[in-house]
Amino acid sequence: MEFVLAIGIGVLIGSGVFLLFRPRTYQLIIGLSLIAYGVNLFIFSMGRLKIAAPPVLASGGPVNPADYADPIPQALVLTAIVIGFATAALFLVVLLVSRGLTGSDHVDGREPN
Amino acid sequence: MGPVIERATASMTDDASLILMVGLPFAGSILAAALPTNARTAAAALAGGVTTICLALALMLYAPVASSGVVRNQIDWIPALGLNFSLRMDGFAWMFALLVAAIGLLVVLYARYYMSREDPVPRFFSFFLAFMGSMLGIVLSGNLILLVVFWEMTSIFSFLLIGYWHHNASARDGARMALTITGIGGLGLLTGVLLLGHIVGSYQLDVVLASGNLIRSNPLYVPTLCFIALGALTKSAQFPFHFWLPNAMAAPTPVSAFLHSATMVKAGVFLLARFWPVLAGTNEWFWIIGLAGMMSFLLGSYFAIFEQDIKGLLAYSTISHLGLITMLLSLGSPLGAVAAIFHMMNHATFKASLFMAAGIIDHETGTRDMRRLSGLFRFMPFTATLAMVASAAMAGVPLLNGFLSKEMFFAETIETHVNSILDTVAPYAAFVGSAFAVAYSVRFIHGVFFGPPPTDLPSQPHEPAFWMRFPILLLVITCLVVGIVPGITIGPYLHTAVTSVLGDRTPNYSLSVWHGFNLPLMMSMGALVLGIIMFACLKRYLATSEEGPPYFRRLKGQRIFERAMVTMSWRWARFLEARLGTRRLQPQLRLLVLVAIIAALWPLTILGFDRDKLTLAGADPAFVGIWAIGIVCAIGAAWQAKFHRLVALTLMGGAGLVTCITFLWFSAPDLAVTQLLVEIVTTVLILLGLRWLPKRSPEIAAGDTGIGAKLRRYRDLIVATVAGTGMMLISYAIMTRSVPDTISDYFLEKAYSEGGGRNVVNVILVDFRGFDTMGEMTVLGVVALTVYALLRRFRPAADSVESPEQQRIQNADDDARPDRKLGDTVSDYLLVPAVIMQWLFPVIIVFAAYLFMRGHDLPGGGFAAGIALAAAFILQYMAAGTVWVEDRLRVLPVRWIGIGLLLAVAVGSGSWIFGYPFLTTHSQYVDLPWIGAVPAATALLFDFGVFSLVLGATTLMLIALAHQSIRRLRAPSTPAGPSEEAS
Repeated sequence: MEFVLAIGIGVLIGSGVFLLFRPRTYQLIIGLSLIAYGVNLFIFSMGRLKIAAPPVLASGGPVNPADYADPIPQALVLTAIVIGFATAALFLVVLLVSRGLTGSDHVDGREPN
Repeated sequence: MGPVIERATASMTDDASLILMVGLPFAGSILAAALPTNARTAAAALAGGVTTICLALALMLYAPVASSGVVRNQIDWIPALGLNFSLRMDGFAWMFALLVAAIGLLVVLYARYYMSREDPVPRFFSFFLAFMGSMLGIVLSGNLILLVVFWEMTSIFSFLLIGYWHHNASARDGARMALTITGIGGLGLLTGVLLLGHIVGSYQLDVVLASGNLIRSNPLYVPTLCFIALGALTKSAQFPFHFWLPNAMAAPTPVSAFLHSATMVKAGVFLLARFWPVLAGTNEWFWIIGLAGMMSFLLGSYFAIFEQDIKGLLAYSTISHLGLITMLLSLGSPLGAVAAIFHMMNHATFKASLFMAAGIIDHETGTRDMRRLSGLFRFMPFTATLAMVASAAMAGVPLLNGFLSKEMFFAETIETHVNSILDTVAPYAAFVGSAFAVAYSVRFIHGVFFGPPPTDLPSQPHEPAFWMRFPILLLVITCLVVGIVPGITIGPYLHTAVTSVLGDRTPNYSLSVWHGFNLPLMMSMGALVLGIIMFACLKRYLATSEEGPPYFRRLKGQRIFERAMVTMSWRWARFLEARLGTRRLQPQLRLLVLVAIIAALWPLTILGFDRDKLTLAGADPAFVGIWAIGIVCAIGAAWQAKFHRLVALTLMGGAGLVTCITFLWFSAPDLAVTQLLVEIVTTVLILLGLRWLPKRSPEIAAGDTGIGAKLRRYRDLIVATVAGTGMMLISYAIMTRSVPDTISDYFLEKAYSEGGGRNVVNVILVDFRGFDTMGEMTVLGVVALTVYALLRRFRPAADSVESPEQQRIQNADDDARPDRKLGDTVSDYLLVPAVIMQWLFPVIIVFAAYLFMRGHDLPGGGFAAGIALAAAFILQYMAAGTVWVEDRLRVLPVRWIGIGLLLAVAVGSGSWIFGYPFLTTHSQYVDLPWIGAVPAATALLFDFGVFSLVLGATTLMLIALAHQSIRRLRAPSTPAGPSEEAS
């Protein structure tokens, strides 16, 4: 299981990094989103993988932490997802406005000579 | 947690008047700044009042200082880092505080009459008071970091004071140079102080002063000394940093009288004397400080002879006298230190009065050029007499205070302290320098007050107002009284100051005028005679000579400084920018990724990489299958992003979905829900944006097919593969190791008992780490507003302005057929899905409410609910169109954002009312009829804030982008394109 997820993270980040080096702003936004998936999964996996053990307590009684998945990476990733959405939206609008102002969708705001 | 300010009350010698002394000038400064520009007298009265109080406080503090040695006052700021607002007054600090306050008061009086009605006088006094507060801060700091802070503040306020007449280019240049030099010195001092703190283990002055041996024997002693010397020598305008002081003479004369006699430049020698007990006495100290002092003493006095500007003469004389003090301190002998401290006071009195006299001459005649001035004695006999006495003190004439300390100086230079050439040369240098001092003093008096009456002066000279002369009178009387009966006037105070610096090493010294016929007296007399002879020889030459000393005037420190500034800030900067900088994003990103890869590989190559065997064994086939899809989606998205945007977006969504399933698979239902909802909204958002991007198809991209482009892609592919493989290995290595103990256990155990919720992730977000969440929702709100603001003035590129091709074809078709109206083709577009979407509206609202309510105990929560409701709104827009929706539904996203933020802050600060820290939650269950036990933690209210903000922010962004399609759009007014490139 771990290896499958590791490959997945690697592919997501590899694809994203490749897109990061491309010249068009749209490629960049797709690349950043792919990297965000990879990084979120990576942070999430820091809590190790547990099946059928969500960090939702069964009752109000004493708690055995070993019975539950690690809640901290989950809390971190939850905020990361929302912030990732915000930055993606901001970047999208910036790229639209930049394209409107410069007439080019190249990442440098002008076509290479 | 903000810094907790605690009042330390334990100390027996705690005294609030220290705080008052440092704080009052700053308060006065703010008040003065608030006065109207023409409130000259009010500002002067304010400054005078504040200064008088400071002076009174200083006088009152003499008794406790003299009896108990040190008065302290400390307010802890960050005690863990050794940072305290700690004030400390010993005898030496007292002497300086008195000097600052007393001369400050006289200068305020003088400035009231000196400053013209046209000047913005309140601003002057505002800067002046702030400067005085900073100076008192330096003197009274009991913590070294605090001292550096005040030190930098004096640099800044002296910059503002020197540049007070900022319409004047020389004032601006002089101010900038002073700031640059003293600012560099300030950085040096900070470094030195940090090193001292590192050696000693404390920044408290008391501790540092008690650790002399520790410091001197530390291997870091020499660098520490060098950095502290850099700070002190730049501040005191010592060679080779002396050249800023003559340029600072562009300041109003009251500023020069205050800064360049008693305060600013004295801060440097104050610091040297302060650290004298712990740093002095070594060879390094002797050479560094001694050489700088001797050079300044000689060069300053020599250059002063050839100055034509009165203030320039006084500035070089100041450099020279400070050099004398520095030399005395460099010797490392207690008697030398006594003489240095004594001369600091004496110099301040006579130099302040001389600067004021120079100001009067300038004020009444309109010029400071000694070639034009002459015979003023007949016009202003009173001022002339005062100036003559002060100059005599400067020259070291007997029966004046300057004579006493100069006598001690001669006696000290004759003694052998360190067997070296510098020590052997010292008495000769002292003699020659003193002769120069006599020469320039005589020159000043003779050139200005004697000789034939002046011709063609800008204004007719006369005596100034009495209150303008009065400060000079007081200072000159001080010079005389101290000079004639030193033992009973200054004696006890000097002794208090000296013992506080020297402690047990305080030597026996005698403060009398007459010590018998000895070598120092012979030297004094010889210097007087030689100086007068020198002036007599140079008199004819000086009457018409150029500004500045012969030969040296070509070698201007100022010009060297300016050339260095240009070289560093322009030539080198441009060179580096040309070599290392790029305005292209791609190389920068490549560099960033490469650095990240290297940073990750570095520890692996050193420590080795020990991982478990890579194996697929034990993997669920379904999971493998899902990730096979995910991998195809990710690679496909990367491959298609250039020419097939919609395909890439879809594939990206696929990868997101696989991520979402993975969260669900490994026990993270909250993440899965949020990811799924965010996925929907992101996709909609990007879909809305697609319309504004340029057309691109493989056929037209001719430039991309070249061999160069292909090579670039392969290189990027390799880098990306390395990065991806690296991440894979790292995450695999971590996942297959066991978890160390983390704080997660704490959260799991306390979530219900203290947070009142069973969904631990939600409890962490809204309770344990509520403050983080608050910051985050603020970010989200700011982003939404930014998006909105950016889109308000959105101008699409020229080729995107007209309606899309599909719309044009449809409209043309409608036009061509007589039985159709415009828009008929799309009127029933997606009719069935649209109806379903509209019907789903209430369902999604209920779903969002459900997600929200269960959030504290089960997966869900404010984030998820907010996005779900936003999706409900956007579905309405998609189903019925913007116009139809907005006719029937008022969505006020900005208000939702505001309500969310306010609610979160209100809930957070509500806990203050009950005496708990910000964002403490209270939880309980409430029994509602029909529904049963409902959690009613205050965290729920906070979560509602989150919900409201997420809803507002998301809808604001979506609607703002959606609106662009129905707005009447214009291309940018100036047609921009590839042709219009930034030069």
